[in-house]
Amino acid sequence: MIAALTVVTAACGAAPATETKTEGGVNAATATSAADFGGLDKLVEAAKKEGNLHVIALPPDWANYGEIIKKFQEKYGITIESENPDASSADEINAVKTRKGQDRAPDVLDVGQAFAFSGAKEGLYAPYKVQSWDKIPEGQKDPNGLWVNDYGGYVSIGCDAKKIGTCPQTFADLLKPEYKGKVALNGNPNKSGSAFGGVWAASLAEGGSLDDIGPGVQFFKKLKDVGNYNPVESTPATVEKGETPISIDWDYLNAGYREQFLPKGLDFQVVVPKDGIYAQYYAQAINKDAPHPAAARLWMEFLYSAEGQNLWLKGGARPVLMPSMTADGTIDKALADKLPPVEGEAKFPTEDQVNKAKDALAKTWDAAVAG
Amino acid sequence: MRRSLGALPLLVFVGLAFGIPAIAMVAGAFTPGLDNLALTLQGGYLLALLNSVKLSAVVAVLGAVLGTFLAQAVVTSRSTALREAVLTASGVLANFGGVPLAFFWVATLGNAGVVSGLLGLPSGTLFSFWGLALVYLYFAVPLMVLVIAPALDGLRPQWREAAANNGATTWHYWRHVGLPVLTPGLLGGVVLLFGSAFAAYATASAMGAGTVLPLVTLKIAAALSGDVQTGFENVGLALSLDMVLVAALVMAVYLPLQRRSTRWLQ
Repeated sequence: MIAALTVVTAACGAAPATETKTEGGVNAATATSAADFGGLDKLVEAAKKEGNLHVIALPPDWANYGEIIKKFQEKYGITIESENPDASSADEINAVKTRKGQDRAPDVLDVGQAFAFSGAKEGLYAPYKVQSWDKIPEGQKDPNGLWVNDYGGYVSIGCDAKKIGTCPQTFADLLKPEYKGKVALNGNPNKSGSAFGGVWAASLAEGGSLDDIGPGVQFFKKLKDVGNYNPVESTPATVEKGETPISIDWDYLNAGYREQFLPKGLDFQVVVPKDGIYAQYYAQAINKDAPHPAAARLWMEFLYSAEGQNLWLKGGARPVLMPSMTADGTIDKALADKLPPVEGEAKFPTEDQVNKAKDALAKTWDAAVAG
Repeated sequence: MRRSLGALPLLVFVGLAFGIPAIAMVAGAFTPGLDNLALTLQGGYLLALLNSVKLSAVVAVLGAVLGTFLAQAVVTSRSTALREAVLTASGVLANFGGVPLAFFWVATLGNAGVVSGLLGLPSGTLFSFWGLALVYLYFAVPLMVLVIAPALDGLRPQWREAAANNGATTWHYWRHVGLPVLTPGLLGGVVLLFGSAFAAYATASAMGAGTVLPLVTLKIAAALSGDVQTGFENVGLALSLDMVLVAALVMAVYLPLQRRSTRWLQ
């Protein structure tokens, strides 16, 4: 009797039916590279066996995610279940925590920079290095591969040229009296990542630094005092209706609006202001407890292949491999040329700088623009 | 004992639906220690809390006064059609909060709004304290009409005739008969309006009020679900606890007043 039980439990321990194993006996959930599977082909095989991929917070009209999802499904025959496309980074992290061990937990995440840092610290992500790992610029990836920047853009000023006449080119321009009540952000910088970037860019324009977001808050206070600040949260609808004729937002979103509105007779112009160059990338990570660990890793490989990177570019976003792809000629040049030109180079904040900025903003923003 | 047994399913449901979140909220708010609560009483958080109380109080009092006059006009008009129409419309409009309401006002009085263009209003008129109060009144007044209309119906014409026979003026009648009878209804209406304005989120959020008029519900949203703040979850819970305390304070003022005024009805 005891012997029989031992055999049964030993068998259970040896081969749990739900875990994907590679030929070499490596568990897919702990594989840190395609090589661990015995190459990309074997990874594809393992992922196909799982059959599904759970994603969260990927809006189809954001950075071309609709097409990316479609292409991945077609290429590998893996069904993507996309949940709550408009969720925020905080919602993604919540889903990982509250659905731990469940079959419907998200496999992969696309989060804002602050959440890349905090999630890695909390041990929520699985380390994984994609095949193109070495080409990803330093400072754009966690050294252990817990997260990797995926795509991003620059803070830009979008402007409805038919309504405005002379479009502002710099942050300094925004203070001119002709823009009364016209300058909007994409939300509250304590909540929206792009508004947060907007304040930081303004800070750089006003003599602040990555260590000090304060001058940016002062800039918006000034903007409010001269009556130019428009509190309406800019969305495609408010831009189209002229409610937010000047909108500080990521260049890929503003550029997307331009494409969308051209056929409707709107001339929405986008510039990256040369006095406040601020770029920010979103980060990609794998849930440590992903229910489909192999599919999650294949998704990463797909996103960081030339094909995946060019798909983001098609959505107007700058993929993280853009420098190396420009060098080796795999970038889609026609798409790259469509991006608004940037004079100068962006620097990326460190974890401490991000934390300092968001804490400072939580304390100072409301008092500066309230009233 | 036997009688309370029948209420057991309800009590269990209330215990689960309100008890568990309440415990989680209090536990989170006090982790670690008093730091979160202390933070909510400083700077932008305190400003948001005060703004919410101020806005809700203004909306509650204005909404109650306007709603009562409107309801009285309808109740005394003796036109059944008007009465039905106003009450039905109130039922719809009282629930017309949220994003549609915000867009309705933005399209009308926003910077590129239809009416603001006609009146030549300066940009940003709607996006201020009084602008938001106006938007909130749009659902507060109908709510008050619904609450107070039955109470106004309860004022019997005979009381007024009796008062008139005794030489009372209209003012005397309202001062000594009408208002005392109405007081519980009025107080209840004010509390209800205060609560609905205090808890309103979607309307303010869609109007971008978070950037000009910080409100406590918007601060909670920023702390709990956003792309920027990490590690502020417990501050959000502490803010929720603040809201519960404010609501409890309002009830603490309301209940004794209401008890006093209902005595007249017995």
